[in-house]
Amino acid sequence: MSAGVERDSLDVLDSQDRARFEQLVLPHLDAAFNLSRWLMRGRADAEDVAQEAMMRALRFFRGFHGGDARAWLLQIVRNTCYTWLEKNRSVDLSTEFDEELHQQPSVTPEALAIAGDNRERLTQALEELPVRFREVLILRELEGCSYKEIAAITSVPIGTVMSALARARQRLQRVLTQPAAAAKTGGRL
Amino acid sequence: MSCDLTQTVLHGYLDGELDAARAADFERHLVSCSACVAALEAQESLRSSLMHARLYERAPASLRQKVQGQLGGSARSSVVPIRAAAPWRWLAVAAAFLIAVFLGWRVLPLLRGNQEEITLASAIVDAHLRSLQPGHLEDVQSTDQHTVKPWFDGRIDFAPPVHDFVNDGFPLQGGRLDVVRGRAVAVLVYARRKHLINVFVWPTTEPDSEPLSGSQLGYHWTAWRKSGMEMYAVSDVSPADLADLQHLLVQ
Repeated sequence: MSAGVERDSLDVLDSQDRARFEQLVLPHLDAAFNLSRWLMRGRADAEDVAQEAMMRALRFFRGFHGGDARAWLLQIVRNTCYTWLEKNRSVDLSTEFDEELHQQPSVTPEALAIAGDNRERLTQALEELPVRFREVLILRELEGCSYKEIAAITSVPIGTVMSALARARQRLQRVLTQPAAAAKTGGRL
Repeated sequence: MSCDLTQTVLHGYLDGELDAARAADFERHLVSCSACVAALEAQESLRSSLMHARLYERAPASLRQKVQGQLGGSARSSVVPIRAAAPWRWLAVAAAFLIAVFLGWRVLPLLRGNQEEITLASAIVDAHLRSLQPGHLEDVQSTDQHTVKPWFDGRIDFAPPVHDFVNDGFPLQGGRLDVVRGRAVAVLVYARRKHLINVFVWPTTEPDSEPLSGSQLGYHWTAWRKSGMEMYAVSDVSPADLADLQHLLVQ
């Protein structure tokens, strides 16, 4: 993406569009960065990717005809992140939801509370999750998105959001309540 | 012991995404299913950990500047330097703006027909969003109305009605002071499933009014006057839930 292309596309937007963009989309810059940070697993690349996503949003803004601006932007952020991850980190983004649900060994809320009572531990646990699990958790628990919004952002049918969250939460619980070494091998000791 | 619902409906319940009938079904199921009770407790603990760990990472100033730069010197960029220090304010400003437009167009002429109300709506939404930031929700954190009510004594010049509606599904979470249009107001915080509702209260000399409601950007609000108090409930819960709380508050 060259600066020239950006400038051309910006010129297409008149000042009214830009003002609308500032009112509707720019307020969600924090949401865009937060999602990018968690999908990219770190701030370093997150800023570049979030910036690229904002520029894409600006280019596509003519195609936004009202509705949920945050979900619209986060969908672009997610796609930008995935493109980057596939290109630069060869992340396999396709398969994770097919995993069998393991019957959960009983986890007491107390054990979970102790494990979760630590920002670093939680951050690490979230970053260990496959990206498809991580994104639904970030969207639901940090961004407060509804199932409808999550479905729109992640391009899945709304009926599967609940089970995606169930699996993601179960995985997170497992990572949090097992020793680090066990978590890395998928929970098998 | 296990239960299939721990991997399905339980999550919809936890997230407040079930309709009233399905939520009631699940609550009945909870009475007899210890697996679901334990799983729900574990999930609530996990969520509470996630909420309290301050994992949300806001856009750095450098990113904001770059995006602003690429947007070009548009007319509104003069707002930026003032607000840049507190990035979350952007959301508040935008939400407030849209609500103000909506209120100005649709509702406020009915309520009072006063331009001043537009700034009121902005202030309320602004305050609601601010309260959702970590550490800003409650000054007095208690589910006991007999703790919350006296807390307001001496801090404000009126006595807001404080009631816990835990049996009706709206447990009191606490209260705080806020400032709306330069006036100290009382705020009662209620929970609805996993969502929070802010109820702003201040005295008024206007007559009682029927509730007026609206929504914008996913936030719903209901405003009414009753017995010399003006009340303004704001939340991301459904309008139906907000109406239920409004009914409880005017009883």
